[in-house]
Amino acid sequence: MHVEEKMTVEKWPASPEKQTLEAKNKFLGFWFFLGGETVLFASLFATYLALKDSVPRSDMYLAKDLFEIPLVFVMTMILLTSSLTSVYAMYHMKNFDFKKMQIWLGITVVLGLCFLGLEIYEFNHYVHEFGHTFTSSAFGSAFYTLVGFHGAHVAFGLLWITTLMIRNSKRGLNLYNAPKFYVASLYWHFIDVVWVFIFTVVYLMGMVG
Amino acid sequence: MSTIAQKKGFGATLWDYLTTVDHKKIAHLYLIAGGFFFLVGGLEALFIRIQLLKPNNDFVSAGFFNEILTMHGTTMIFLAAMPLVFAFMNAIMPLQIGARDVAFPFLNALGFWLFLFGGIFLNLSWFMGGAPDAGWTSYASLSITSEGHGIDFYALGLQIAGLGTLIGGINFLVTIINMRAPGMTYMRMPMFTWTTFIVSALILFAFPPLTVGLFLMTFDRMFGANFFDAAMGGNTIIWEHFFWIFGHPEVYILILPAFGIFSEIFAIFSRKRLFGYSSMVFATVLIGFLGFMVWAHHMFTTGLGPIANSIFAVATMAIAVPTGIKIFNWLFTMWGGSIRFTTPMLWAIAFIPSFIMGGVTGVMLGSASQDYQYHDTYFVVAHFHYVIVGGVVFALFAGAHLYWPKMFGTMLNEFLGKITFVLFFVGFHMTFFIQHFLGLWGMPRRVFTYLPGQGFETSNVISSIGAFLMAAGVIVLLVNVVITSVKNEKVGNDPWEDGRTLEWALPSPPPYYNFKQLPLVRGLDAYWLEKMDGKKGMTPAEPIGDIHMPNNSFIPFTISLGLFIAAFGAMFHGDEGNTWGVPVLIFGLLFTLGSMFVRSIKDDHGYHIPKKELLDDKDLGGKA
Amino acid sequence: MTNEQLNSGNPRVDIEYRRKKNAEEMRHQVISFALMIFLTLIAFVAVAYEEFSGWFVVPFILLLAGVQVIFQLFYFMHMSHKGHEAPKLFMYAGMVVAFVTILCYTTIIWW
Repeated sequence: MHVEEKMTVEKWPASPEKQTLEAKNKFLGFWFFLGGETVLFASLFATYLALKDSVPRSDMYLAKDLFEIPLVFVMTMILLTSSLTSVYAMYHMKNFDFKKMQIWLGITVVLGLCFLGLEIYEFNHYVHEFGHTFTSSAFGSAFYTLVGFHGAHVAFGLLWITTLMIRNSKRGLNLYNAPKFYVASLYWHFIDVVWVFIFTVVYLMGMVG
Repeated sequence: MSTIAQKKGFGATLWDYLTTVDHKKIAHLYLIAGGFFFLVGGLEALFIRIQLLKPNNDFVSAGFFNEILTMHGTTMIFLAAMPLVFAFMNAIMPLQIGARDVAFPFLNALGFWLFLFGGIFLNLSWFMGGAPDAGWTSYASLSITSEGHGIDFYALGLQIAGLGTLIGGINFLVTIINMRAPGMTYMRMPMFTWTTFIVSALILFAFPPLTVGLFLMTFDRMFGANFFDAAMGGNTIIWEHFFWIFGHPEVYILILPAFGIFSEIFAIFSRKRLFGYSSMVFATVLIGFLGFMVWAHHMFTTGLGPIANSIFAVATMAIAVPTGIKIFNWLFTMWGGSIRFTTPMLWAIAFIPSFIMGGVTGVMLGSASQDYQYHDTYFVVAHFHYVIVGGVVFALFAGAHLYWPKMFGTMLNEFLGKITFVLFFVGFHMTFFIQHFLGLWGMPRRVFTYLPGQGFETSNVISSIGAFLMAAGVIVLLVNVVITSVKNEKVGNDPWEDGRTLEWALPSPPPYYNFKQLPLVRGLDAYWLEKMDGKKGMTPAEPIGDIHMPNNSFIPFTISLGLFIAAFGAMFHGDEGNTWGVPVLIFGLLFTLGSMFVRSIKDDHGYHIPKKELLDDKDLGGKA
Repeated sequence: MTNEQLNSGNPRVDIEYRRKKNAEEMRHQVISFALMIFLTLIAFVAVAYEEFSGWFVVPFILLLAGVQVIFQLFYFMHMSHKGHEAPKLFMYAGMVVAFVTILCYTTIIWW
């Protein structure tokens, strides 16, 4: 079976993401990368926890003054839903339904953009309403670095998925690009995993005090 | 694509190396670049020893001394030892597991270019206003207040180089898991491959904390963040922990491949199977695991409290157990063997007592209460040079002599090799043995001079003479390299005659596709087994067929170049009146992203070497 | 390359079978998604309802986050499937290092 071969429903294998050696390598390598990312984000969380509410003056805002439930809740729901939509995309990928896969990926990208937009609004809000900036305190530095790293990951994921969608829009699925889609969706889920801890550790625990 | 090597012009060769994705050529690049940085770091070491030759010396100024000692440590660890270890991993590991290539040839090249650009960036600091001067550990309180751009070079250069290392680590992991030849089970893998595997896992988990630490440092120094500024609520100890959470596994990242190389050497030149193979594997895994649990023993005097100190002291001493297992296994490998005292074997035999000395002082330092006495004295300097030089550098010399024929097709001169060994070995012990006592007598480390009449004079003279002996040894090695390269007497598959593992079943150097037919592995020391059965080579596991190969690519170079450019923008954008910093930063990042984009949208299926061509070049070998 | 899924001799039957299996898996995914949303809601409510003490809420929401991440990893990212032994090993190893790092930064950092 050749990677560039034109595929049909009949020929499409059960695990298209792991058919060729290149695909198997990509699959494994990407999981290992996620293992490393786990440590990377853990380091950022650790920094945040060490510097949480660590501000130079007593009149500066702390976590419990800054965060509000509604906005974080909406952002969380959007990102969690985008995780489900990318699962749908992979479901259609396995069924060799390129069109539906593209649609679900498109929805994922739109949700990701909404999330990013809200995050930008949120940061802007903190900076202008509370004077809570990257340089105002160690707490600010740690907060923006942790949440910002996650946001940068979202942005990169959006660029990546969009590039894949456009690049392959004309030629449909084959064994060369199926693993690429699969790995991108793994990345997207991982972003969601990180967010689960961000909304819990940063926002919810921040509001508890 | 023709397989017949033609005499190529310089330009074509250069372009070939700039775009290569062949693990054997990448190994050459790592060896050359790492060797160059090794010489640079060695030169810095000589300056240190000249300055300390006599009391109140003014060979270099105090500030310049700080820069030299910082760059000596940083260069030797990140830009010399790591890449040289990577050179052997790249050159040998895929051959040992019977693979035609690594899992990610493109990423392999990317890893090299990132390392090289990071290394060049770091060393440009010498010409651009001063090198980093806060020690290789670059503790935050000191490094945050350091003036000029020295520390910026450190943070950004290591960031780029570290990214390359991480990519290299993932590549090796996947290669070992997915690309092993038929029959090459995990418990048949040569020790060097096993250590490469464990080391790659350590890299995967140890480098992200360094990445984060360097980012925090970069943000603090260049973008106004306050992670380490106590006046703004920051906490300097954060850097110290990140550095050592990375830094301690890092020393195992260096020493485990050294153990791997020595394991191969002991088996080859004792003409015996490695004693206790499975316990060696177990010990390697255990060392890798424990390596993550002991970082705070570098920080005993920081004031973490008696409970934390005790836990880390116990964990530290526990590492002596698997290391001891290894030492005894090597001794038992030699026991009753028919030993040949070749150059690599001399290094290996000298390694055992040298490394044990470093290990014993390590246990001494690992005892938290005693550490308060030794901390920041030359005793520590002696200790870590005994493990790193007596362990890692010895292994690099041994590996260079052992694998030179496999990498370049010609043998280094044995006589000159032994001269290198004697000079370096004697010089090494002369330099560092006396430093234990200097430390116990109270000479602090990292001082640029000392006063007369404190009893340090004679010892420092001895130490400095030793350093020059080591330098002489390295020069002899360089002469050796030049002579053998000029003579260029080609050797066959198994120039040491007692090769045990798969790489010795291949021609020296191997053809670019490594194995014409993948070999069938029937046990540990696969090639030795076949030789003992009276066969000339490996039994093939497949008929001759088309071989799939990756295309060369210039993109790894451009991706790395983009980050290199961006680093200049990040560094200078905060200078007074600087207007080009931010645009350059953005341009560099876009350049990198654009290169990645091109890579992503341009399909690269590689090419096939047709079966016919393989059948034609009989003499190129590659028959497994 | 072997095509292990073509084992009934009749590709149509196989496709039907695989479709069914995929659809069933997708149903499980939707159920785990619903559970995840539910857990998230509980976490937010627990915090919004200010009567609970922090000593209860913090461990509780951390537990919920842990459960949710297990859903993500094992169902959405298919870590429960065969052929994920090495990914599992390395994710667990990463989590151990992550745990030790966070433990350190919440205990032995100077305050």
